[in-house]
Order: sequence, then structure tokens, then C-alpha cells
Amino acid sequence: MPAAAKAKPIDRRRFLLDAARVAAGCAVAGTLLGAYAGQARALPAEALRPPGALPEGDFLAACIRCGLCVRDCPYDTLTLAELGEGPATGTPFFTARDIPCEMCEDIPCVKACPTGALDPALDDIGDANMGIAVLVDRENCLNALGLRCDVCYRVCPVIDEAITLELTHNERSGHHAMFMPTVHAEYCTGCGKCEKSCVLPEAAIKVLPERLARGKLGEHYRLGWEEMQEKGGPVVEGIIDLPDRLPGPGTDNLAAPGGFEPAFKIPGASE
Amino acid sequence: MSEKTKLPIGAEAVATKGWIGAHKWLLLRRLSQAFFLGLFLIGPWFGLWIVKGNLAGSLTLETLPLTDPLVLLQSIVARHWPEMTAILGALIVLAVYALIGGRVYCSWVCPINPVTDGAYWLHNKLGVPKGWQPKKSTRYWLLAMLLIVSAATGTVAWEFVNPITMLQRGLVFGMGFGWTLVLGIFLFDLFVSRRGWCSHLCPVGAFYGLVGNKALLRVSATNRAACDDCMDCFAVCPEMHVITPALRGKTEDTPLILSPDCTNCGRCIDVCSVDVFRFTNRFDKAPAPGRDEAARKSPAQQTRAA
Repeated sequence: MPAAAKAKPIDRRRFLLDAARVAAGCAVAGTLLGAYAGQARALPAEALRPPGALPEGDFLAACIRCGLCVRDCPYDTLTLAELGEGPATGTPFFTARDIPCEMCEDIPCVKACPTGALDPALDDIGDANMGIAVLVDRENCLNALGLRCDVCYRVCPVIDEAITLELTHNERSGHHAMFMPTVHAEYCTGCGKCEKSCVLPEAAIKVLPERLARGKLGEHYRLGWEEMQEKGGPVVEGIIDLPDRLPGPGTDNLAAPGGFEPAFKIPGASE
Repeated sequence: MSEKTKLPIGAEAVATKGWIGAHKWLLLRRLSQAFFLGLFLIGPWFGLWIVKGNLAGSLTLETLPLTDPLVLLQSIVARHWPEMTAILGALIVLAVYALIGGRVYCSWVCPINPVTDGAYWLHNKLGVPKGWQPKKSTRYWLLAMLLIVSAATGTVAWEFVNPITMLQRGLVFGMGFGWTLVLGIFLFDLFVSRRGWCSHLCPVGAFYGLVGNKALLRVSATNRAACDDCMDCFAVCPEMHVITPALRGKTEDTPLILSPDCTNCGRCIDVCSVDVFRFTNRFDKAPAPGRDEAARKSPAQQTRAA
């Protein structure tokens, strides 16, 4: 600062006070800004990010809100969030019920992104993961009422993979079938065509962000049938005979006095 | 100070150079601001896509990428390493502003500038007291603050509230409630703090000031010997502290305005009836004698001497 360069003796007390004042002001402003930024991270469930968007936390670090993806979207699907609209101000999103993603094969929105907030590694739109369709209302869905609406199934760009119609018995009529639209998350890109075209005044099938649409299996879970296939045989050799709990006078009596003897002993099994 | 100090600001310049001559740089600046906003608007308005995007990031003629370096810096401290396109765009912008003066962005491009200039004009019309005057260094603190918040929250934090991009993006893509922030800046400058936003607080201006610290294009008070102390340049300058060292310097002091705070707006050139100032480069060694010692003394000193 030019003022400091002057020959004036530095008034230490005043300097410290000024520094403390401006630092305190900035701390308050920074806290407010940080709190606001934190709040803005909560993306509304109906706001979907463009294809290839990084996970929301990373996306807000990467997106510079330039709107080039919006400009290159040929179907005007994407818009930039305006202040007070929900998603973080200036970031791109779309609402499936208004204009869904048409899943362009050349993915122009991803190509337009200068920062990589939309991951350039996404080269097959079929791998996009904008959300997952969920048949949220299994009571009002016309197919659940026994009709053959099938619209969501028909419009699905990944028909017969992302949405299939599963036959179930119609208990109400007793002698009809219900063709329940069933989403398979592995194939669903979250484009939202199904939600857009659901004929009900309020869509029975909706695209939700993955965190709402799916559960998650514990990391340590093993599926026996998959393990067997991998191993090419039974996972456990032989048969393990676990102790039988049998009814009887004593609760702890395992094949023991006063209770019932097991009716069947597995031949060759050890205790 | 002289008798002329009491004349309305710029009256003399208008008298000697004509209204156009006394507002040349101001008019050019407004044209430039309209031009840069218009470039972005003719796409969405008329389907003429010369420039796509906005001030944060754009693509000109499908080839030239430009990125706001401060926005990208926040992205980087928020731990996202951007793709090459964005980095290249930011480097181009940095190079240009490093050359022509970082704060040229403030006075020739930034869409908030007409807003705060309007607020300042009305502020003077209404005779509002100058109000809260935070230290000029506050903006550097705010710049540090927004980088810290970006790092701490892992977001491009300033872009949540940045009134500059909010206004420009609003005009190009849709405003929402973004106008409230712009109105806030206007009212702040009008009633709370004279020239408060652009000259004291705006961290974007602080950043560009740092970028253009050694810029080539500078205003020089080459003809400072002719200064008649009308004080009009000080009255119109948004960063008036930058003028003193050049204008009041002795012969051996440089007449160049070297402070990074100078926005190269050229209003001092407009408003000077004796043409003290001109645009030049920082290596200009044209002789610029200071005023002789007698003239340098303030009226008070002169009275005391007598």
C-alpha cells in the first residue's frame, strides 16, 4: 500500500485493529457464503443433471456455469438455474416432466463442456446415469388398473431392457393379467421420456436421482449363485449340519434330555 | 486548488473541447460495454451465434475458448482439475488483461460498471454523503476469503452470489431473482457507500488488478506541467489515489499511472481541459517535467510563505 511506504511511523495498535476489523468482516461474509454454498448443494429431486455430470459434490467444484451445454442441446432440454429456482444458481439441469433428454448419440452437451464437469469419458449415451426411473405409484398406474397403457414402456429408448412389462395375476378381476412396467436400473439412463409421456395428470413413473431411487447392498454381501458361477461349483464343500433346535421342555435342549430327538440324521454329517 | 475547482466538474473541458471531445472515452467505454454484452445477446435474440456462453466461459466462432480465470481458479482450489479447453481459455484471458491492464475488464467489459456508475451519478445528484468507506485493501481480503470458502466447501463459491456473472448470465440466459443482487449493489453504492462496490469491495476487480499489475497500456500525466489544479480528474476518477503520484510528481518521478487499481477508463483524459493525460505504454520515456516548486505549493503553503 502506498500509505505504508510513507515515512509515517506505523501505528501498531491501529494497524492491528484495522486488520482485525477487516478479517472479522471477511470471516462473517465467508461464513455466510459458505453456509449458502452448503445449502445450495441440496439438489431438488426433480432437477436432473445433464448426461455425464460428475457426482453433485464434484460437479459444483467443476461447473463454471457458462451454459455452453445448454446452447448445444438441440432439444432445449437443458436450462441454467436462475437465482431462487432450486439447483445451484447458474448450473445446468433439466426437468423430465417438462423436456426430457433425447439421448443424442453424439452427446453434444458433454462435448461442449470446457471444464469436464460433464465427463468427456462418457462416449456411449447408453451409459449415462442422469437418474433412475421408478414406478412410484403402483396403484394409479393404468397398467396396475388392468389396462394396457404401456406408454412408458413404448417410449423408452432402451425398450425391453430398461423397462419391461412383467405379467402378474390380477387379483381384483380374478382372471386377467396385469402388465406391470418394471425398471431395470442397470439399463435405465434417467432420460425421463417415460415420466414425460406418462398419461396421468401426475406421472406414475418418475425419474429420481440414484440416491433416492436405489438401495445399496453392503460391500461384504456375496450372492451365492454368482459365487457358484464364478467358482464353477458349490461354494462350500459337502454339507454342514447345523445343530437343530427342537421343541421340548427345556429351551436350551439341543437334541437333549426331555426333548425330541431329531427325526432325521444326515448321513455322514459331523456334529 | 484554484478558482476553477469550484466550477462544475468537466465544464471547462466541455467549453474547450466540445461535449463530444470531453466525453470521448466515456462514450467509447459505454459502446464497448454494450458491444461485449451485445455479442452474447445476438445469439439468443437473433440466432446469430458468434459467441456462445457467458463471461464465465464462452466459445467464439466455434473455435476460440475463453474462460474467466478467477472462476477457474476457484474450481481448481475446490479440487477439480479442469479440461484443457477451460485452461487454455483462461490463459488467453490472462494474457490479454496482463497486457492491456487487468482492470480494463472493470471499466470496459463488466456489466456492473454502468450500474455502479449510474448509482454514483445519482449519488452526486442527490448530494448523499459518501458514507462508509472501507479500506481499499478490503477487496483483497474478500478475494482471499472467496478462495478459502471455495477450498473449504469444494464449490465455485463466489459464483453463488457474484453479481457480475449473475447480471450477465441473467441477461443472456434468464434472470430469475438475480436482479435483486444487482439492485442491492446499486442501492449500496447510492446510499451506503460512495463507489463502494467497484472501488472498495469487488474481489473480481481485485483479482484483475493483480493480473494487470505490470500491464503495458497505461495512462500518463505527460503534460502535468500544464495542470491548473481544477481537480476535475480527481472528481471523476473511481480510484483517485492513483492519480496523485503521477500528476503531482517531480520531474524525476514517472508521469505514468502505474497503480494496478487504475481501470484505464480514460475519464481523466476526457475531463481535463488542458490535456494533461493520455494513453501510452509503460515504457514511454517522453519527457514530462513536473510543475515547478512554487506552483506545487498548496494555497495554504503559499499564504504561509507570504
